[in-house]
Amino acid sequence: MPDSVPICNTDVTKVAGGQGAIIKVSSKQSLRCTPLPTIVGHGAQAARSAKTTLQRGKLIVVEGIDGSGKSTQIQLLHKWLEARGHQVFFTEWNSSALVRQATRRGKRKNLLTPTTFSLLHATDFADRLTYHIIPYLKAGMTVLADRYIYTAFARDIARGVDPRWVRDLYAFAVKPDAVFYFKVPLEVAVDRIVGARDKIKFYEAGMDLGLSQDPVESFRLFQGKVLDEYNRMAPDYGFQVIDGSRSINSQQQKVREIVARLFERRRLVETK
Amino acid sequence: MKPTSESRRFIGFGLPYTNVQDLKGTLITIEGTDGVGRSTQVRLLKEWLEVQGYGVIETGWTRSELMSETIGAAKAGHNLNQLTFSLLYATDFADRLEKIVIPALRSGFVVIADRYVFTAYARSIVRGADPSWIRSVFGFALVPDLTLYLKIDADTLIPRMLKSRGIDYWEAGMDMHLGIDLFESFRKYQWRLIREYNKMSREFGFVTVDASRGVEDVQARIRRRVQALLQERKTQALTESLQTLRPLLFDEEKEAGRRQETAPQSTAGVLQT
Repeated sequence: MPDSVPICNTDVTKVAGGQGAIIKVSSKQSLRCTPLPTIVGHGAQAARSAKTTLQRGKLIVVEGIDGSGKSTQIQLLHKWLEARGHQVFFTEWNSSALVRQATRRGKRKNLLTPTTFSLLHATDFADRLTYHIIPYLKAGMTVLADRYIYTAFARDIARGVDPRWVRDLYAFAVKPDAVFYFKVPLEVAVDRIVGARDKIKFYEAGMDLGLSQDPVESFRLFQGKVLDEYNRMAPDYGFQVIDGSRSINSQQQKVREIVARLFERRRLVETK
Repeated sequence: MKPTSESRRFIGFGLPYTNVQDLKGTLITIEGTDGVGRSTQVRLLKEWLEVQGYGVIETGWTRSELMSETIGAAKAGHNLNQLTFSLLYATDFADRLEKIVIPALRSGFVVIADRYVFTAYARSIVRGADPSWIRSVFGFALVPDLTLYLKIDADTLIPRMLKSRGIDYWEAGMDMHLGIDLFESFRKYQWRLIREYNKMSREFGFVTVDASRGVEDVQARIRRRVQALLQERKTQALTESLQTLRPLLFDEEKEAGRRQETAPQSTAGVLQT
């Protein structure tokens, strides 16, 4: 098992006796070698999603590792938006009824591989996108999503799937209007989670990767990998980075400022 | 170390965390539309191979431990859309690939897959998925050693199916609302599926078997192709083991030469390169 996904996996093989060196580019060359696309999706599948969307509402998502405080922040944002008279719909990662039974079974019996783990979450997402996100956006509502495709990118790449594969997999996703990334140092997040729970679950701790026999140590190592992936994605996907080690209130002020600007822009467009 | 066999490759980006260089077995896939007689042919082929002493593992569409119940329930509830339909199949496929197919190939079995990625491509594409998307989703699949395509036209298929077992909602593609009744929908849906299989047949080099013939006739053709493939694999395995043995033999010669002569000049070293 590879202990980390290489950043830029190029083999340089010198062939002795030949006319100089032959540079072989490995088939596993990571996408991180090239700049990531700024829009989610590619090809006709993305075009199809976009065409069927005709998005009028705003899609706002929060991202970050477990214990980064993003759920607290999205709840506070939800309250504020409703108080301002917005129609808001909230959707959460891994919550569709379609694959609930399979996910539960896979987790309970430790049946999941990095690929089936990834595909089950993609199925869950596709189901929610169709029934819980696109219709609400079309109706002009604001959709708040606790975790989006970036969670899948970060976790699945940390688990060892090919980065290009998982990005292609989610090509059907709608591009969010804002992505808030709550950035916290690893130790802060780990302490929050370890302190708050009596037991860390097998997949949550990344125990399937065999990083460590100790759940807390495994959790720390796995979250570290996930955190690295988030930090790498942040500039490529234009995340709004929020310092998650600041007070809850000051983080929320920052989030609200950005969201307010998002709605102002729309009002300007509408008055034109 | 250099891999000994380049024959085992992935369709796309593969499974980076899995080593597939040591898969000794043979992967045979049988494709064709609903009711064309695939399962009968798989059963007969399996029996025949086992009589010859081959270990055979069979795997079939939606039969994974992880997903079979979920897919059954989703189909019964009719609440699938183009995306979830494709992705549920992909999850089932991945589970069987990693838990059944790859371990069996590693142990040297002949694996017979009743339907493979091509069924997923055909069904997703007729439902409007982007062909390049569905192919990249299944990029973790292994390239089969042989794909047998049981070919039939919709007009021969329909009476045969009605006589034998009837048509169900999904086989008729009723979710696509192609026709007002089961018959009309089935005909249009199967016609489109068959067109997709035929297109892929050229692109992926399927071995086409005329499925409008009798069961025994079809089986005889299948066996001939499988026999030829297994023979070829045997020869290939022999050549490979010879190649791995060769440097060892030369090394021994070299060692012997060194012991006998004072000058360490040897032809073995030259031959090795």
